[in-house]
Parts: sequence; C-alpha cells; structure tokens
Amino acid sequence: MEKNIIIKTKNFNFYYGDVKALTDVNIKIEKNSVTGIIGPSGCGKSTFLRSLNLMNNLILSARYEGQIIIDGEDILHKDIDVVALRRRVGMVFQKSNPFPKTVFENVAYGLKINGITNRDFIDQKIEESLKGAALWEEVKDRLNVSAFDLSGGQQQRLCIARALAVEPEILLMDEPASALDPTATLKIEELIQELKKKYTIIIVTHNMQQAARVSDYTAFFMMGKLVEYNKTNIMFTNPENKITEDYITGRFG
Amino acid sequence: MGSGNCNDSENKLSTRNKLSLSKKVKEASIHGCFLFNGLLVILILIGIFALLVWASIPAFKEISIKEFLFSFNWNPTSYVKPSYGILSMLVSTLMVTIGAMIFAVPISIGTAAFISDIASSRVREIAKPVVEILASIPSVVIGFIGITLVGPYIAKIFNLPDGLNAINGSILLGVMALPTIISLTEDALKGVPKSYTEASLALGATKWQTIIRVRIPAAASGIIAAVMLGMGRAIGETMTVLMATGCANAMPTSFTDSVRTMTSAIAIELGEVAYGSTHYYALFAVGLALFLITFAVNLTADIIFNRRPKL
Repeated sequence: MEKNIIIKTKNFNFYYGDVKALTDVNIKIEKNSVTGIIGPSGCGKSTFLRSLNLMNNLILSARYEGQIIIDGEDILHKDIDVVALRRRVGMVFQKSNPFPKTVFENVAYGLKINGITNRDFIDQKIEESLKGAALWEEVKDRLNVSAFDLSGGQQQRLCIARALAVEPEILLMDEPASALDPTATLKIEELIQELKKKYTIIIVTHNMQQAARVSDYTAFFMMGKLVEYNKTNIMFTNPENKITEDYITGRFG
Repeated sequence: MGSGNCNDSENKLSTRNKLSLSKKVKEASIHGCFLFNGLLVILILIGIFALLVWASIPAFKEISIKEFLFSFNWNPTSYVKPSYGILSMLVSTLMVTIGAMIFAVPISIGTAAFISDIASSRVREIAKPVVEILASIPSVVIGFIGITLVGPYIAKIFNLPDGLNAINGSILLGVMALPTIISLTEDALKGVPKSYTEASLALGATKWQTIIRVRIPAAASGIIAAVMLGMGRAIGETMTVLMATGCANAMPTSFTDSVRTMTSAIAIELGEVAYGSTHYYALFAVGLALFLITFAVNLTADIIFNRRPKL
C-alpha cells in the first residue's frame, strides 16, 4: 500500500491570518484512486484541496505548517517550483471557467504556455484531451466557436479537457458538478470513473450521494479537522465516528 | 415580515402625500432642478455644435467643400488667390495623434498591468496618485518641457537644426494621454474575473503568461475604449502642440517635419484674422471638423466600452 501513495500530509495546519482553517491533517492518498472529500460548509475541505496545488498562495494572509508530500517531495518547502507543481497537479473549479477564447484555444492554452508550437502535436493533443473529457464528439466540428457558446456541462468538461492537456498526474476537482443539472452531473461522474485509470482524482463535494457513487475513499472534514478517512463503502455503511454517521445520514449539514 | 414592512412604508408614504402638499411641491421642484441640470449639459453641447455650424456656413459660400476637405493648401492670406484646404493640417493632427498613441499605448498598458496585477498594495497606493497627478500638469508646462528638454534631444538624435516637429508633439501628447489610458486600462483589468486568473495559474502558467495571454486579452474592449478616449484627448490638445511642433504650414512628409495641427492653426490664426472675413469663418469650419472627429472618436469609445461583454 505504502508504495502506491502519491500524496501524504503530515500534521498539516493552515491559517488565514490568525484564523486556523485546518488542524493537523494527516492523510495518505492512493495513486489512481478517487478520493471524495465531504463535510459541512466552512469545514476546510476546499482549503485543503487548494493547498495541494498551492492555489492558496494567491491569498496574502495564507500561512501553513507541516508537510504535504507529493511524489516524495514536500511541496510546502520554500524552494518548490510552484509553476511546475501546478502542471503536475491540475484543477477543475466549482464554476466552469473557460477563457473567453475558442474551444481550441482553451485546450491549447496549457500547451502554448509550455512553449509547444508544433501545430500537428497540438492538434493531436487537443483531440486526445477532448476525448479524455468525453467532449470530442460534441465539439469536433466547432473547435473554433467561443467556449461560451457551449452548454454549462460542456463548459465544465472543456475545463477538464484543458486540465488534461498538460498531462497532470493528479486532478483536483472542487465541486465540479454543483452548478450542473442532473444529466450533466451524471456525465461528469461517468467521466471521473474513466479518468481514474490514468489520474489520481481528489474531489470535493457537497453531495454525499455523489461521494458514495464516485469515490473509492472518502474523507470527512469537520471544523478544520479530518474526522474520518476510509474506504467509501466502509465509511457509508459502517462509520467509526458517531459524528460521521450523523452527517452522512443527514442529521446535520 | 418583509412584505409587512413594505406595506407600512407605503401607507406612510400615501398619508404623507395626502397631508402635505408643500412637500409634494418641494419634491417636484427638486426633480425639476435636476432635470434642468441634466438637460443643460445636453443644451450646451447642442449649442456649441450649432454655433460651429452657424459660423461655418458663410465660409462655404466662398469655399467649395471639395477644396476644403481635399486641398493641401491652406493660405487664406494670399493676395493673389487665397486657398482653404485643411488636408495638410488634418494629416498633421492624425500624425501627431497616432504618434502619441504609438508612444503611449505600450507604456500605459504596462503601467496599468503593473499597478493592477504586480505592485504590492503599498506601491499601488503611491503609483495611482502619481498617475493622477500627471493628468494635472498644465499643458503649457508640458509644452515648455517639449521646447527645452525633449526638443534638443530629438535635434541631436535625428541631427536636425531644431527639435520642434511631429515627434516632439507625439511624445508630449503621449505623456498627456497616459493618465487617461492608464486609469481606464487598470479599471478594465480589475474587471477581469478572478476565475480566469485562477484557471490560468492552475494550469501552470506564470504570472507573466497569465497577464499577457489571459488578462489583457480578456480586458481588450475596455483597453480599446481607454485608448480611444486618450486619443480624443490628444486630438483636441492645443497648447502643447502649438509650442512643440514648430507649426509649419505645409504638408508633412515625415515625423521629423514641423507640423501645424488643426488646433494650433485655429489658435494661431483666430487672434489675427479680420472679423467677418472668409478666413474667419473658415477657422470655424476647421473647428467644426475637429469637433466632429473628437465626437466620433469619443462616441466609438463609448460604444465599445458599453458593448464589452459583461463578464
């Protein structure tokens, strides 16, 4: 098991200024698995997710302690190359956020910022990424339309394709389906099952059924602490903590 | 609870209206006062336009519109055959304006990106007022700098007898357009959704790549409007170009030529012209042409700015 661990945190603490948002988080995440992170609003689940690609560095008052080890490397070390890290750890946001560019340009963006100019390679990579995001069939004839002309669900899959194009190892998803209708949500969930063959996926979700459906492991956060972390089927049938049980059975939320 | 409150206030309002007629009159008069002020601005604009048209009409009794618009010769004081073509001063104005934009646009976008995206909050608090102070320098002072500082350098670099020419005017007008373009570009950049920036950074783009490839393109229509407003300012500017461009009344052939713009022609000649002469009216016609150009530029800027996608 230990060999297959891609992310490991050690006593990870996170602060917004003086406010402690995460306390002593210790978690080991397995390669090519889907880990669902659940918990009530404000429990720190998004903060935790955004720590894994150092997205929280954009917040001036952010401060952290402990270790987050990805592929044997502590990403909280001050010498870490944030840009290189983010290429390895991709992210899909809650609200789909395609650039105001064409479908093609959106997916090509990650390649172009890496200095790739070979048109054939880019074309091939775009097809691959869009196929990977289960969007190719729907957009192959309109790669040059504005991304904003796609439906909400398509826009979110475009954002996934955009993230896949830079070939990350890990994909972070911050409530990727919360703004979508049930059909589009189902598509995203099916896609996640496909994607885990190649990527390690960590998904924050408000929706417990979604966590139960898509994830292999589930982590339950509460007031900045990791309360329980286990295989999803164990967690949802036989939770260790009373509070976990109360949450997943909907007694509070 | 909310609707209850609403009903309460409606009741109060209606009883008040019934009770005090004087308050109603007061409301109406305040309303009228603001309406009058609003209309006054429009009236002033129409009045100026009407005055220019009115004063230009007599000129076109003597001058054909074709000569006015397409002749290079502006020589109203000739004893033999006065000529009234504005083309060379129109070209001069456009040359100086475009030159100013070539100079000002890159600097402005760079400065705006620095202020909005790169500078720490402390630096930003210093830089923003500095840009605004730049706007408050009187144009005559800028012209003075053009004569004493910029001119001699231009003369030295291009090996000219003096530096009073289109380049000098362009640089100075560029400096004068900076505050307008910088402030509006900064606003446009600030309006770019944070989600674009996050998306770009999350893909492993550097801050620099994010600014160049995502933020500036996303703010493009706001930036274009900013440039056009800066341009409107440069076209109409008089004192600076009057002082720094040499004002030679001829068709310019290069940026090192001395130029007389539409504004400086009016400023120079209107003081010495015989009242009621064709020359006098022709200068109003130049003013009218200038007004139409700046009006078109500003209107275009406004349309672009308001049509920009609401992100």
